[in-house]
Amino acid sequence: MWRVGTVVALRDETATARTITLEVRDWPGHVAGQHVDVRLTATDGYSAVRSYSIASAPNSEKRVELTVERLPKGEVSPYLTQEVAVGDHLELRGPIGGWFVWRAQQTEPIQLIAGGSGIVPLMAMIRSRVSAGSAVPFRLLYSVREPGAVFYRDELEVLAHRDDSVSIDYAYTRAAPKDWPRRPGRIDAALIANTTWPSNLVPTFYVCGPTSFVESASDFLSAAGNNPDRIKTERFGPTGDRK
Amino acid sequence: MSSQTYNYLDGNAAAGELSKIFAIDVTAAEAQCAHCGATKRFAETHLYMHGPGVVARCVACQHVLLRLVNVRQRVFLDVRGMTYLSFDTTQVQA
Repeated sequence: MWRVGTVVALRDETATARTITLEVRDWPGHVAGQHVDVRLTATDGYSAVRSYSIASAPNSEKRVELTVERLPKGEVSPYLTQEVAVGDHLELRGPIGGWFVWRAQQTEPIQLIAGGSGIVPLMAMIRSRVSAGSAVPFRLLYSVREPGAVFYRDELEVLAHRDDSVSIDYAYTRAAPKDWPRRPGRIDAALIANTTWPSNLVPTFYVCGPTSFVESASDFLSAAGNNPDRIKTERFGPTGDRK
Repeated sequence: MSSQTYNYLDGNAAAGELSKIFAIDVTAAEAQCAHCGATKRFAETHLYMHGPGVVARCVACQHVLLRLVNVRQRVFLDVRGMTYLSFDTTQVQA
């Protein structure tokens, strides 16, 4: 079933990513981690559907935020990040997906691992934790290309300073800030060991990013003694125009 | 890290397509592979979306579990690769 959302706000997160706030009158509510499908239809009837994770926490205002990264050859993301304007209508289907979700009733420690724009559904979980008043320990490992590619930077910083039970580690793959202790590079076993909960705390892991990132992160987590059943993953492909 | 290119997503990504047909979320259901017997959440399967439809494969043995193809105004669904789907009726939000 397709719903119609009205764009009520736009905010640039980075040079290539934009958050779109939609008001959806018949929105049934969502759970952190779910996504929506967005359908764009051209005047000749051609339509394209892409999935985008919801960035906002569940709320009673019928509002949904999506953060979309622009892919150079994308069919949908250039429109959503450059053309769409406040007042425009977008067709969406959702919320969808009942597996890669965090519910405020969960009491175990949570380890989030994001690769690039894979932060989006994890941010919904962090925001949901705040809005639900949960005191569950959250830890985020956020791997990005370079410092300018970090989404939600100020909000994450405020959270990490205000709340001792949210800790955030950044890892950079191409360029790191000056004097950063770790050389830029892909995630590895040492990084996972130093920046994620140990397996004896029996955390639940949520890993989201490009497929290759998710594969290596979950391999390192399993090798570190974590039960694969506690590792929830969401992958997106380089050509899928996803997120 | 290998240089292998990955061309699949997870079963999560099929949730929208499956919601065309099913009233409740299939991706959170447990699915048993008819070939090797592995039982996983449907969301954990490997999903291929490059062809004219969607193909989900077993993570353990790569057997085809589900195929869903749109042909004009019809949807074809082949689920013979699964022995069963089991749903948690307390959490059936689509």
